Parts: sequence; C-alpha cells; structure tokens
Amino acid sequence: MPKVTVDGQEIEVPDGATVLQACELAGKEIPRFCYHERLSIAGNCRMCLVEVKPGPPKPQASCALPATEGQEIRTDSEMVKTAREGVMEFLLINHPLDCPICDQGGECDLQDQSVAYGRGATRYEENKRAVTEKYMGPLIKTVMTRCIHCTRCVRFSEEIAGVDEIGALYRGEDMQITTYLEQAAEHELSANVIDLCPVGALTSRPYAFEARPWELKKTLSIDVSDAVGSNIRLDSRGREVMRALPRINDDVNEEWISDKARYQVDGLSKRRLDKVFMRKRGKLQPASWDEAFKAIAKAKPGKDIAAIAGDMVDCETMFAAKALLKACGSTLVEGRQTGMDYDVSNLAAVNFNSTFGGIETADAIMIVGSHIRWEAALVNVRIRKAVKRGARVFVVGPQWDTTYPAEFLGDDLSVLGELPKHVVEAFKDAERPAIIMGGAALAKGALGAGLAFAESYGLVKDGWNGFNVLHFSAARMGGLMLGFAQKGGLKDIVAAKPRVVFSLGADEMDFEPFADALKVYIGHHGDRGAHAADIILPAASFAEKDGTYVNTEGRVQFAEKAVFAPGDAREDWTILRALADALKVEVGFDSFAELQAAMIREVPALGEEGLAAYGALPKGGSAAKAEGRIAAYPIKDFYLTNPIARASAVMQQCSSELLGGGELAEAAE
Amino acid sequence: MADRSPAPDTPELRERWGGFEFNESYRARADKAIARYPEGRQRSAVMPLLDLAQRQVGEETDTQGWLPLPVIEYVADYLDMPVIRVLEVATFYFMYNMKPVGKYHVQVCGTTPCMLRGSDGLFETCKKRGMKKGHVSEDGLWTLTEVECMGNCATAPMVQINDDNYEDLTPERLDAVLDALAKGEQPKTGTQEPGRHTSEPANALSSLPEMVDANHDYRKDW
Ligand code: SF4
Ligand code: FES
Ligand code: FES
Repeated sequence: MPKVTVDGQEIEVPDGATVLQACELAGKEIPRFCYHERLSIAGNCRMCLVEVKPGPPKPQASCALPATEGQEIRTDSEMVKTAREGVMEFLLINHPLDCPICDQGGECDLQDQSVAYGRGATRYEENKRAVTEKYMGPLIKTVMTRCIHCTRCVRFSEEIAGVDEIGALYRGEDMQITTYLEQAAEHELSANVIDLCPVGALTSRPYAFEARPWELKKTLSIDVSDAVGSNIRLDSRGREVMRALPRINDDVNEEWISDKARYQVDGLSKRRLDKVFMRKRGKLQPASWDEAFKAIAKAKPGKDIAAIAGDMVDCETMFAAKALLKACGSTLVEGRQTGMDYDVSNLAAVNFNSTFGGIETADAIMIVGSHIRWEAALVNVRIRKAVKRGARVFVVGPQWDTTYPAEFLGDDLSVLGELPKHVVEAFKDAERPAIIMGGAALAKGALGAGLAFAESYGLVKDGWNGFNVLHFSAARMGGLMLGFAQKGGLKDIVAAKPRVVFSLGADEMDFEPFADALKVYIGHHGDRGAHAADIILPAASFAEKDGTYVNTEGRVQFAEKAVFAPGDAREDWTILRALADALKVEVGFDSFAELQAAMIREVPALGEEGLAAYGALPKGGSAAKAEGRIAAYPIKDFYLTNPIARASAVMQQCSSELLGGGELAEAAE
Repeated sequence: MADRSPAPDTPELRERWGGFEFNESYRARADKAIARYPEGRQRSAVMPLLDLAQRQVGEETDTQGWLPLPVIEYVADYLDMPVIRVLEVATFYFMYNMKPVGKYHVQVCGTTPCMLRGSDGLFETCKKRGMKKGHVSEDGLWTLTEVECMGNCATAPMVQINDDNYEDLTPERLDAVLDALAKGEQPKTGTQEPGRHTSEPANALSSLPEMVDANHDYRKDW
C-alpha cells in the first residue's frame, strides 16, 4: 500500500489506486469529465490535472496516473489552478452558451465545474464549431454541438451494455459521436448514457423541456418493472411523476436502470382508474364506493373468497388482502398469475441465492429458460462482468442475443440430465459454478432438475451458493414470503370455486375460469384485469404509496410515496380495510403503521431492509428429471410487460420502433 | 480539412457494393495479415484489411479505390467486430478514401515547409488541369486533395499520387509527371531534381559537417 502526500497530508492508498483516487481519499475534489468509476480510463478531457512530484515539471492527468510510493501531489498550487482554467477555457471554446435552453442546466458537470474551476469570462472571439444532431432513437435526444468528447457514452455501450453501437467518427476538431448510420440505440440499458453524459449532448427525449431539476421533489423509490428491485429516485412536480433516475446501490443496480424502469413513468398518468366502476347490464359504469362495497357484501362470499396478486404490488397490500381473507375464513391467496405451481415449501429453492454481486464472481453459469436481457437487464450486466473475468456461460432455451459469448445447448430441457462432455467438465472444474433458472424453466417443472444439478455439481459450498431462480415480477418474492402460493397454483383457486375474487392489479391472468365469481379489481390501470372485472376499485400505483418490495435475491427494500393517486383512487390497504368493514370482519389494523407492524409480526424478515435469510437449499432428489422443450420465453415484448408500461406512450413507441412492430402501429392508425 | 463523411447509404450504393467480397488474391493477403496477430486479437488487422479492401475496390473501378459502406461492413464481418468500430478507424485515417476518387489521387502537401517552397504553384497547376479539391475530374483521372505534412520536407514541395511520392517539384515538373501518368506511363518517383538521388543535401553539406567521418560532440559549441 503506497504512501503519498496530498497537499501536505500523508495518506496510505490501496494498491492499484490512481492519483485521482488518492486525492479523493484525502478529501480533495478533483474536477473531471471523462473519468467514471465504472468505466475504463480514457484520460482525454484533461480536467483532472494535478501537480505530481517526482515527475515531469508539468501538470499531469491524475485519473490515468498510478499512485506510487512517496509521491507528492498538489491540488492547490498555482500551476493546478491555471491548468484547470486553461482546460476549461479550451473545453468552452466550442461549447455553445445555450444553458438557458439546455435540459442539462442545473445538473450539468460542465456548468458546475466552470463555475468552480473556470475563468470568469471567455477570451475567444472566433467562430464556434457546430455539429449536426444525431438520431439515437426514441429515448435519447442529442445536441451534439454540446459534446465535449469525453467518450463516456462510447465506453458505456461497449463495456457495460456490451452492445457496441456508439462510436467517435472523424478526428480532432471534427470528431463526432454517433451510432452507425444514426440507427437507434437498441438495447435495454441505452438511456443510461443520458446520466453519464457530463454535458447536455445526450439528454432525455421524452423529458425534453419538461422541468428544471430544482423544481422537482425527489422521492426514494424502488423500480417494479422487473424483480431486480433497482433503486430509483422519482422526480415529481405537483401530482405528476416527471422522471425516474437510478440511485446508486452497488448490491443491486450499481448505477444503472433499464430503459423500462426509466421511461414507463409516463404511463402513470395514462389510462388510470380514477373512479369506482361497476358492471351494469354488461357495461362498466361509474359508481360510488358505497354502491360497490354494498354489492360486494351482497355477494355474501363467506369463506368462498380469493385474492390474486399482480406483479407489481407491495407486500403491505398483499398482507392486507391476506388478513381480510383470513378474517373471512379463507386462505385462497395466489400470486403466480400464469398458473405456475412450483414447490415453495423452501424459499431458498426459488431465490437468487448467489446475489447479484456474487454472480459476477461465478466461473461457470448454466442459464435455464431465461431470456436474461429482457427478464432482468441488470443481471445480464453482472453476467457479462463474470464472462469478462473468464466465466463460461451455457444456455438451455431458445436463442437470444447474449451480450457475451455463450453456448446454447438447445431448447430441450432433458439436456440437463445428459450434458455434453465439455459442459460437464466446465462445471466439474469450476470453483464457483452457478445455475440460473428462469420463468420458462419453472413453468416446465424443471425446478427439481435444477436442484439435482446443484447437488451433482456441488453448487453449494463454503461461502458460495450457486443456485438461483430469476423471477421477473417485483411482487413475487414478497408474495411467496407472505404465502401467496397454493400447492397447485391458480388451479387450486379455480377448483375452490370462490364466489368473490379480488384481483390486486393482476393483469396477466386468465379470468375465464372465474366466470361465475364476482370479480373485484383493485388496481390502478385500465388494463386486462380491469376489463374482465365486475367491480373496479381504483387504487394506487407504486409511486403513490409507501411499500415494501422483495427482489429476486430476497432483498427487502422500502419505497416511498412520491405523489398522490389521481381522482378517487385510494391507497390499496385503505380499500382493503374498508372492505373489512363492508364484510363485517375484523382485520386488526387501522393505520398503515399498524398494518406494517402486523405484517412484520407475521414475517419478521420483511421488517429489515437487506437480504432475507431462507436457510439451506433442499435436497434435489437426484431422480428429478426435466423434460420437454422450452418453446418460447414468457416475455414477448420487453417494453410492454406490465400495465404501466403498456399505458406509456414512450414504451409503446419503443416497442414499435425498436422491436419492429412498426408496421402494425401504422396500420392501426 | 477534407470532408471525411462516408458516401451516402443509397440503394444504388447497396446494389453496386452489397455483394463485395475479397477475391482470391486479396483474401490470401487478408488472411496473412490476420495471421500476424495472436488468437482472439484478429481485430488488430482492421487497418491492413481496410487498405486491401480499398485496393480491390480500386482495381474493380480502375481508380485508387475507396471504401463504400457495404465494403466497410464486409470488413467488420470478416473480422467479427462491430461495424461502428471499423467506421471509426476508416474515418480517422486519411489513407482511406471515404468517397470515390479518380484513377490518380493527387495529394498536394500544403503545410509550411512545402508552402514556403512553392506548393501554391502546384495547386495552381492542378487547378489549370481541371482538378478541384475533393472532386473527381471529368475524365475520371484525377482527384485533388490538400494534405498536411507527409514527412518529405527536406525535398519540399511534394505531392503524393497513389502509392508514390514526387518531390522537389515545380509547376513544370509536376506537369511533366501528370502528363506521363495521363499517358499511362510511370514517371520517375521520388525527387525530380536532376542529380539528386534521395533527400541528401541539394548542394554542399550544410548541416553537421563535422559528422561526416567520425562522431562529433557538438554540445560544447552551443
Ligand atoms: S455525447 Fe456526452 S458522453 Fe458522449 S462523448 Fe459527448 S459529452 Fe461525452
Ligand atoms: S478525468 Fe482525467 S483526463 Fe478526463
Ligand atoms: S511540409 Fe510538405 S512534406 Fe512536410
């Protein structure tokens, strides 16, 4: 560990640290544009200049200089000050002074750093350079005259996303950032370059000219578009969520979010259920809460009552529903809308046990029935990191575009029992072997075979658990912890012939078998579930209520309420509480805090943010065999997987433009 | 600086070049270039491959050759690398022509030493023959480009035409070279100064004379 002095202060820095990192450890701020912790070092903006002895008698780029024993670093000398001013002046030579009409204004590195480290005024009197705008798809708006050529966007798409599509053409003063032939950036993480761009060259197209950062209220939330549980920040103004941005959480989403997490939020204000509706003479008509409650009470469900949870509900809502049913004498709760019935007696067997951080260190990965790019784009990023470190990846299932070398072993699940020799060897030799089972595998009943695989290849050992199930519903793990699973899945509920069925935002299920039941939809969007319902009780989306979510790793996280639900819509738990009164039963809570306390009493793990402990993996029973072909993955369209996204104009546009449904949309117009 | 943007991606361009493939001899040379690099580093051969592709295009069109987008895509495919990375290389280096050129690509150096030694006259000469910067002349023979220093300052002014340099030029000498080329002859390359062989001093030795026979330490004279 080398010792260096920064501005006279001696500190010890980790091996391999750069001078810039050393300065940061010493508490000094080093201005920078091109350097980014999660990208490779480019060293091309020169903003991070410091004085280093021993070395040439000139300022040096600290981001690209290794810290070595005995270095004397100065960040406060006259030389450093003038060097920074000089670099800043050069950067601003060709940068337009259009801050008043630039969306980056107020959160722009160039703005901030020129105030802090630049000269007061310019001395440049020549013409400025101008660069034509480049089309990069429906999400990224470009104003390329503002680009300072830091190449962060290029490095992100190459290194993190693994989709080489942004490049720097020409050279010198003519250098321009573009995609090949200005094609749309086409991957699930493309919009992260907007956050990375230190200036206003790449900004958000849907959010263009919508708001200024200082007018927005910032709320810490959790993304519910998949089961990764990305940490996000919702920026809202008044009653509207204006945008979603990633928060840094190294254990979960690092610093990125998927395009869906970022851009589905405009769907929060479209197709909303803001009134109570009841089906009268076959048609859904506005009604009052009272009428609706009376109708439900009139159905006299007794204990013939069931609740089915959707993919995006929080634990509190599920618990409140469960409590209501329990008070009625029913335990008919289920969350797996598509009828899956895998065994949930041991949650460790349906959990992502390696954790996202852990899967990065795996050295052999078997993916069974998961289109990871679409089901959990950020887990795909982790696997790409593992591959860069030398991991080998095999996939059972139909082909998809991996962003790393992977070998497809066909779509017949039986291959798990008779793996080719080189695959067997890869797993036998691996120190940290792992398996990832996706929804398509679970639907085929391959869970047992996966556990058998885990056993025969020693996936669980000291300090390593390589058995993983990858869900893609934000509500799934929370639901399973709360017991939202029947032995036979949805089939059991159908068989019980409930008289009243509550659908908690369940939009992916088939309501046909419940034709005779009174279907009550408690949710926020007028989507499939609402269309099938007899009574609609408008509820709150994830942005409009506090709630606990558990991601596919079993990580308990808490989201806060950003805005109020529109119109008559209420937070879900209050609706369920009122229903208890209507049905004349006692649920034992009158406030959100009481509800939460009751929930934590029942499932203590939900009270603690962080990974829930599920105990040891069950034995696989080596006889368990998987059979059958995986014909397709459950997600048909990455951009339209949930009711919020389906309501979002941006997601619809992405779907039609990027996934080639373009002609269809045109024909429909 | 010359416009380096690629020729527009039109249906005609796709039609003409979409089926581009290395012929046997170029394929052999390309594979040889690739074999120079270790397994997994084939991308390193991108520059020789672009050059070979440009030469083959040149042969097919009887020009110096250039790089249509489909050909760039072919090279990317050949090396299994993202096409944007190949386009970055192609647009960076001036040896790659991004637009069609004539049979002879006349690159006149306009940097200071050449300029002081009369490159303006050379541009005049070219202009008189109907050449225009960045354009192919009507007869398809010439393309004129102004370039920066080519490293021949000792024999300035100079012009590079396809693979050869012509140095110590005057307008008349350049005319003679161009006439010969137009007739299909191969003029003498290198210096055009009678009696001069390469870039040795034009008259008597004027710099470092003490060094002719033995090493000499000049430092004490400074
Ligand atoms: S577009 Fe933004 S991120 Fe990309 S090189 Fe330019 S300034 Fe950097
Ligand atoms: S941050 Fe060091 S050169 Fe850009
Ligand atoms: S200046 Fe013309 S060759 Fe150097």
